[in-house]
Amino acid sequence: MKKLWHILGLGALLAMTLLTLSACGKSVAKQDVLAQDEQSKQITWGVKSDTRLFGLENIRTGRLEGFEIDLAKAMTKKILGPNGKCVFVPVTSGTRVPLLKNGNIDAIMATMTITPERQKQVDFTHSYFDAGQSLLVKKDSPIKNINDLNHPGKVVLGVSGSNSVKNVAKYAPKARVLQLSDYAQAMTALKSKQGNALTTDNGILYGMAAENPGYEVVGGNFTKEPYGIAVNKNQDRFRNKLNWALKKVEEDGTYNRLLLKWFGNVKGFNYQEMKR
Amino acid sequence: MVNLIATQWHPLLTGLLNTILCSIIALVGSMIIGTLFALLEISENRVLRVIGRIYVEVFRNIPLLVITMAFFLIIPMYIAKINGFTAGTIGLTLYTSAFIAETVRAGINSIEGGQLEGALSTGMTYHQAMRYIILPQAFRVVIPPLGNQFINLVKNSSVLAFVAGFDLMYQGNLIANDTLQTIPTYFIVGIMYLIITLPLSYYMRHLEKKLA
Repeated sequence: MKKLWHILGLGALLAMTLLTLSACGKSVAKQDVLAQDEQSKQITWGVKSDTRLFGLENIRTGRLEGFEIDLAKAMTKKILGPNGKCVFVPVTSGTRVPLLKNGNIDAIMATMTITPERQKQVDFTHSYFDAGQSLLVKKDSPIKNINDLNHPGKVVLGVSGSNSVKNVAKYAPKARVLQLSDYAQAMTALKSKQGNALTTDNGILYGMAAENPGYEVVGGNFTKEPYGIAVNKNQDRFRNKLNWALKKVEEDGTYNRLLLKWFGNVKGFNYQEMKR
Repeated sequence: MVNLIATQWHPLLTGLLNTILCSIIALVGSMIIGTLFALLEISENRVLRVIGRIYVEVFRNIPLLVITMAFFLIIPMYIAKINGFTAGTIGLTLYTSAFIAETVRAGINSIEGGQLEGALSTGMTYHQAMRYIILPQAFRVVIPPLGNQFINLVKNSSVLAFVAGFDLMYQGNLIANDTLQTIPTYFIVGIMYLIITLPLSYYMRHLEKKLA
């Protein structure tokens, strides 16, 4: 019995430590991110490092490359001037919000769809890319659209923490969803036939289809997924500044130039529809 | 945190049950396979000894995640369709069995050679001597290290999360991603692992006292 009390005591201690830690997280949110960034002349962005076309680490150079990376660089220059520096921290769908909340990153630009649930936790800028959810299948697959997956026994692969896995429950409730930790793993699982289709946003799927010739994107978009830049709550000055910078890069043609650079050669991508 | 349990009890419970199921299968499986390979390792026959040695060294020295991934990704490509839960449980069983084989072998070696000679001289066959004289004593010696292996096994079952095995860790990841309440979620998951491992730990102590 005495031992049990010791264990309970340890548990209580652990709980208190955690509470203190989460309290620390709150104090980070109170600081003015924009003022700090203007002083240090750098913005820390949380970006994807495993997503072709958006944010992918080039294995040879070790640098991150993609549409979001270039857009973040352009926006940083608008906000902090030509000397402004970007620091990129690779994040995943699962880690991005905790990293933002504890102050490790200033903003998230990582293929993050603006959703009402997420808006309870973080604030979003205007959308900077209007994606839509689609399906990636093997070229001879009988699956042609999301309705083909709405049967018992069909398995849909997704990445945990992404909005797309929740949409499957809405559009194909009879399918079973397997959530894996990143896109590379989900793609490998699709190849080893652990699922009938891989689902996520079309832009990401186009990147995967380009890398894996035996696979294609089918069925068109069945949802709208506007990507927004996420910042902590109570950072309205920073958010307004980001919105302003986004508008600036759209107005001076930088946005369209980057869109063409990354998506111009992608089969199935409609530039005319996406340009701003 | 109470709110989190109230809204997410269903996935948490499913996860807990899957983790318990996987742990029980892997525990029984790895005990049987582990003991078998321990016997191979101490066998008089050189070929059997080498087979035992290779098995143990392969599965003991490759990370559990790699073994599990191999079962999840490679087996379905060429041999048979197996889901994440099965792949994870097989991987966990084989991985743990290598450690159990080493533990049991150490136990058998700790029994004096005279015991086996005595058993053989009473007319027992080698198999009978192992079955009735050596192994019962060996297991008694190795209860504490086996307890360690079992607790590690329960915790290692979290590898199922990486192959979508619907275990406690998998559900925890999903809830953390869904609700964005990362710290409270993992705190609850940690407590739920304790619910499995603490009784196991106490039972092994009890067994140790009873048999020593």
